[in-house]
Amino acid sequence: MRALRILFIFAILPAFMFLCSCGGGSSRSSSSISPSQTITTSGTNVASISVNGGPLGNYDDAAFASVTVCVPGTSTCQTVDNVLVDTGSSGLRILSSALTVALPQQNASNGNPVFECFPFISGYTWGPVQTADVEIAGEKASSAAVEVIGTNTPVPSGCLDFGLPSSGTLDALGANGILGVGLFAQDCGADCPTTIYYECPSSNCQGISESLAQQVANPVSLFATDNNGVIIELQAVSGGEQPSVSGSLVFGIATQSNNALGGATVYTANPTSGNFTTTYNGTAYPESFIDSGSNGFYFLSSSVSGVPACGGDASGFYCPSSTANISATNQGTNGTSRTVNFSIANADTLFGSNDSALADLGGPSSMSAPYFFDWGLPFFFGRNVFVAIQGQNAPGGTPPYWAY
Amino acid sequence: MCKRQSRSISSWLPVAGTGLMIFVIAFPAWASLGGDSASIQADQLQMRGTRQTIPAESYTVHEIQAATGVVVREYISRDGKVFGLAWHGPWPPDMRQLLGSYFEQYVQAAKAQSVSRMGRRPLMIDHPAFVVHLSGHPRAFAGMAYVPGILPPGVRAEEIQ
Repeated sequence: MRALRILFIFAILPAFMFLCSCGGGSSRSSSSISPSQTITTSGTNVASISVNGGPLGNYDDAAFASVTVCVPGTSTCQTVDNVLVDTGSSGLRILSSALTVALPQQNASNGNPVFECFPFISGYTWGPVQTADVEIAGEKASSAAVEVIGTNTPVPSGCLDFGLPSSGTLDALGANGILGVGLFAQDCGADCPTTIYYECPSSNCQGISESLAQQVANPVSLFATDNNGVIIELQAVSGGEQPSVSGSLVFGIATQSNNALGGATVYTANPTSGNFTTTYNGTAYPESFIDSGSNGFYFLSSSVSGVPACGGDASGFYCPSSTANISATNQGTNGTSRTVNFSIANADTLFGSNDSALADLGGPSSMSAPYFFDWGLPFFFGRNVFVAIQGQNAPGGTPPYWAY
Repeated sequence: MCKRQSRSISSWLPVAGTGLMIFVIAFPAWASLGGDSASIQADQLQMRGTRQTIPAESYTVHEIQAATGVVVREYISRDGKVFGLAWHGPWPPDMRQLLGSYFEQYVQAAKAQSVSRMGRRPLMIDHPAFVVHLSGHPRAFAGMAYVPGILPPGVRAEEIQ
């Protein structure tokens, strides 16, 4: 049955779409669909993921996975579903409200418990750093540092001074956690400032310099095998929007028969920032990036892109009167470059449906310079995207890199 | 070092005039949005780093490079007001320090945007009294802020970057 459905999607559907596009008019072509896409669905290194609205049903263009956390070295485990798959960050974060197993606390050398304030533009995560065996598909990261978010411990001023909202509840996060499977092995890095990690005695948390070994880790980098990166494989969206889309999170790059780089082009990223260059209309934007955790194509401003912005409820998104076709070129620091074609539909209209997989959702990334492209989740539809972790060996280039 | 910095600064500035000069001053400084240039001295203990002063046609840019890798540029008008700020770095800066009297309003506006629609996307606050953008991802954040009401005549918000 599943094989039939996949056959439909990859063999029959493209033919159907071709017929549609002959009719002209309101073509809903989404980000250029590779006719050769193959989605791996079996293997000990394959976890299923879904773009389905998440646990509250209100999260457009976000991919969710299930992750099992265990008290290290024991069979005391819990599977947490609806964890957001985020290639824009590294490390596993789980809402305390979704966690029923008691994980051991990481302590500083003086015995004080270690906490973390991790900033995202959509909000900060705050909570204790704990240790878990993290299991996904047949893979296991033993004794990985994870962040448990949304506990009652008072948030220190260094964290509040980011001025960001808290992502410490299900209502705020829209997910039971964040699975950061990005370009780096640790979440903060070697030059981590003292506004990220804290040691918290009974009162008055103090900022600390957390060592790389103690930082919240990209669990993939701790796997015994298949630890050099991931592939996000999501089906194409038919007709521009669907209630949901399924796919796979595949671990390892060229470590098994099911995760070869194949014909994918490697785009190496800046090893400090994790960014690369996107060129639009002759102008290069060197602070661009690919991020499954951004829930749209976010790029330029309305005045630079020429795509009208929405007002009212859809503020922050683009609202063209008819679907806008955009072409931009991604270039890695290794010099490889290829053009990406994608479409932006009217977000007001898109939000009017109950669909959670929106191929043509986007918005401005800022209202003034410096501009950039944030290739969010819609970029992943119909396109297998490789994410290779810094410090690991992977074919085709030196990580950190993306390939697609 | 100086040569590299001057090239990077000039690439950021839409230079209308000629003879752009850069003074490198090795002491820390920081001012708040809407504050006057005296607040630079008052706040200079906040951030360890180096400061550059870049005179432009109708304003001065103070660039502060902090030890944490965050770079902040403060745009100060001829009458000594900080009318705009831009920053980039691996982590967000101390926004309370940067936004000063606008901080609490910013926090409320950021919260309002976050609850308006589920999703992870750039933060864009276009309040009548002030504008703040924040974008990026862990290890690469960027943002800017300005007060429309005190932009010097002829200066476009685009110049704050």
